[in-house]
Amino acid sequence: MASDSSELVTAEAPAGSAWRRQLAGAVFGARRTDVASERATRGVWRGLLRNPSALVGIVLLSTLTAMALAAPHLFPGDPLDMVAPPFEWPGADPLYKLGTDSLGRDVAAGIAHGTRVSLLIGASAAGIGLLIGMLVGALGGFFGGVTDDLLARVTEVFQTVPSFLLVVVIVAIGKPSVTVIALAIGIASWPTVARIVRAEFRTLRQADFVLAARSQGFSNARIIFGEILPNALPPVIVTASVMIASAILIESSLSFLGMGDPNVVTWGGMIGAGRDSLRTAWYLTALPGAAIVVAVLALNLLGDGLNDALNPRLRERA
Amino acid sequence: MTRRTRMAGIARRTVWQAVPTVFAIVVLNFFLLKLMPGDAADVLAGEAGSATVETLAALRAKFGLDQPLLHQLGSYLSHLAHFNLGYSPRYDAPVMQLILARLPNTLILMSSALAFAVVAGVVFGAIMAHWAGKWPDRVLSVLALLLYSTPGFWIGLLAIILFSVRLGWLPSGGDVTVGANLHGVAYAADVAKHALLPAATLATFFVAIYARLTRAAMLEVQRQDFVRTAHAKGLHPLRVSVRHVLRNALMPLTTMVGIHFGTLLGGAAVTETVFSWPGLGRLALDAVMARDFSVLLGVLLLSSMLVIIANLGIDLLQAWLDPRIT
Repeated sequence: MASDSSELVTAEAPAGSAWRRQLAGAVFGARRTDVASERATRGVWRGLLRNPSALVGIVLLSTLTAMALAAPHLFPGDPLDMVAPPFEWPGADPLYKLGTDSLGRDVAAGIAHGTRVSLLIGASAAGIGLLIGMLVGALGGFFGGVTDDLLARVTEVFQTVPSFLLVVVIVAIGKPSVTVIALAIGIASWPTVARIVRAEFRTLRQADFVLAARSQGFSNARIIFGEILPNALPPVIVTASVMIASAILIESSLSFLGMGDPNVVTWGGMIGAGRDSLRTAWYLTALPGAAIVVAVLALNLLGDGLNDALNPRLRERA
Repeated sequence: MTRRTRMAGIARRTVWQAVPTVFAIVVLNFFLLKLMPGDAADVLAGEAGSATVETLAALRAKFGLDQPLLHQLGSYLSHLAHFNLGYSPRYDAPVMQLILARLPNTLILMSSALAFAVVAGVVFGAIMAHWAGKWPDRVLSVLALLLYSTPGFWIGLLAIILFSVRLGWLPSGGDVTVGANLHGVAYAADVAKHALLPAATLATFFVAIYARLTRAAMLEVQRQDFVRTAHAKGLHPLRVSVRHVLRNALMPLTTMVGIHFGTLLGGAAVTETVFSWPGLGRLALDAVMARDFSVLLGVLLLSSMLVIIANLGIDLLQAWLDPRIT
C-alpha cells in the first residue's frame, strides 16, 4: 500500500496544455510507456504513411502546392495576356506546350496560375466554414436545451436552402471577387461541420475529464475550447479535407457559369470559355478539367487516408 | 404500436415542426434577396437600352418595388397564404405558372438520375462488399473515387463530345427535338433520349457515394450474429445477402438518398445549363441575373418544401423498414 501511494505521488502529469498533448498524441502517437497499449497509440502520421492511396494523395497535393507557389516564376507575366495565334493544339507550338485558347492565351500558364486561385479559395472557404461550423456546433452541443434547439433550427434552415443557389445569391450580393466567393462557399458549407461537432460535443460533455475540469473550477469557455474541442477534432480533420475538395468543385462550377472573378484565371473559367469551341478545340475543355480532377482526387485520397488513420473502429478491425 | 400509428405520428410531428421552419426560410430568403443590389426595374431598363427616371419609377410602382421593405414582406406572406406566388416582371407571367411549367422537367431529370445512381450504386457496392479486399473491390473503389472527384459539368461536356459530336447517337441539348411535334410513345421516347445524357451526368457523382456507402454498410451488417444464424440455418447465400444483409444495409442509403433528393434542385442547375435542359435550376440562375425576386423566392420555397417532404418520406420509409423506429 505504501509503495502504491508513493508511485501516485511521484508520477508526473505530462507538461503542456491539453491542445499540445492531444494534437501531438494524435499526430505522432503517445509515448509508449506501456507495451500492451502499443497498438492503440499509433499516430495519424504513421497511419497516413503506411496507406498507399493516402501517400499518392499527399504526393499529388504537394506537387500542386509546389506548382501554385512556383507559377509566377515558371510562367511569368499575366496568364490573361494574348501571346500566340489562337487555337493552337497541344504540342503544335514548342513554346506553348499545352496550346492556346480562343484568344491566343497560353493554356499551360492558365492552368498553373489557376492552381493558386483554386487552392486559395478552397482552403479559405473550408477555413471559414470550419470556423462557423465549429462555433455553432460547440455551443449547441455543450449547452443543450434552448440554445441547442435554436442553433439546430438555424442549421436546418441553412441546410434546406440549396447550397449552390445560396452561393450564387451571396456572390450576387457582393461583387464577384476571390474574397467574396470564398466567404460565400464558407457560408454555404458550415452546416455539415456544425452537425458533426454538435454530435461529438454531446457525447464528450459527459466524459470524466469534463467533470474533472469543472470540479477544478474551469470556466465554460475554457472547458469548451481548451478541453473538449481538442478531443472532438478527428472527424473535423477528415471533414476539412473533403470540404476543401467540395469548395474547389463549387468554385469551378461558379466560374464555369461565368459568375466567378473575371480578373483571375480559374480552371472552371477556362472550361466555360472553351465551351464555345467544344466541337473543334475540345482540349480546352479536357485539360483544365483534368487539373480539377487531379486536385480534388488528391484531397479525397487524403481525406480517406485520414479517416482510416483516425477512425478507431477500423484500427481495431485491422 | 402498429406500423400505421407509428407512421402517422411521424407525419404529424414533421408537419407541426415544418411550419415555423418554412416561415423562417421565407423571411430569411426575402431579406437575403433584398440585399442584392439592383432590382427588376433596373434590369428591364438595362435590356431596353436606357430608360428615363419616370419610366423606372412607373415600373417600380407597377411591380410594388417602391414600397417599404416590411410592407413588401407582409404582402408577399399574405399572397403566400392564398397559394399565390406572385408575378414575374421578367417573364410577364404568374410565378406559379412558370414553376409548374418547368417542374415536370426537373422532376424527370432528378428522379431518373437518382434512380440510376441508386441501382448502379447498390450493385457496385454489393460487388465490392462480396469481393472485399480482392481486385474487383480495389478497381471499383478507385473508379468510385475518380467519379466522385470529377466535376459534373466536365463529365457532361466530355459526354457531349463523345456521344453527340463524335458518335452522333444522342442529342446534345434541350428536352425535345425542336419542331418535331411528336405525340404519345414517340414523344416519350424523344424526351427519354434527350434526358439520358443529363441524367447519367448527374448520377455519376451519386453512384460513387452510394457504392461506397452500400459497401461499408454491407460489410458492417455481415458481421452481425443474425447473418451467421441465417447461414447456419442453411439459407442460400444469395437469399441471405439480398433479404437479410441488404435490407439492413439500406437504412443509411435511404437517409442519403433523401438528403440528395432534397438538394438536387440547386445542384442540377449547372447540369441543366450544360445540356440546355429547361428546368427549375436554370430558372433560378436566370432569376438571380435578372433580379427577378418573385421567381427566385418561389423556387427557393419550393426547394425547401421538397427537402422537408423528402425528409418526411425517408422517415416514413425507415419506420416502415425498421420496426424499432417510432
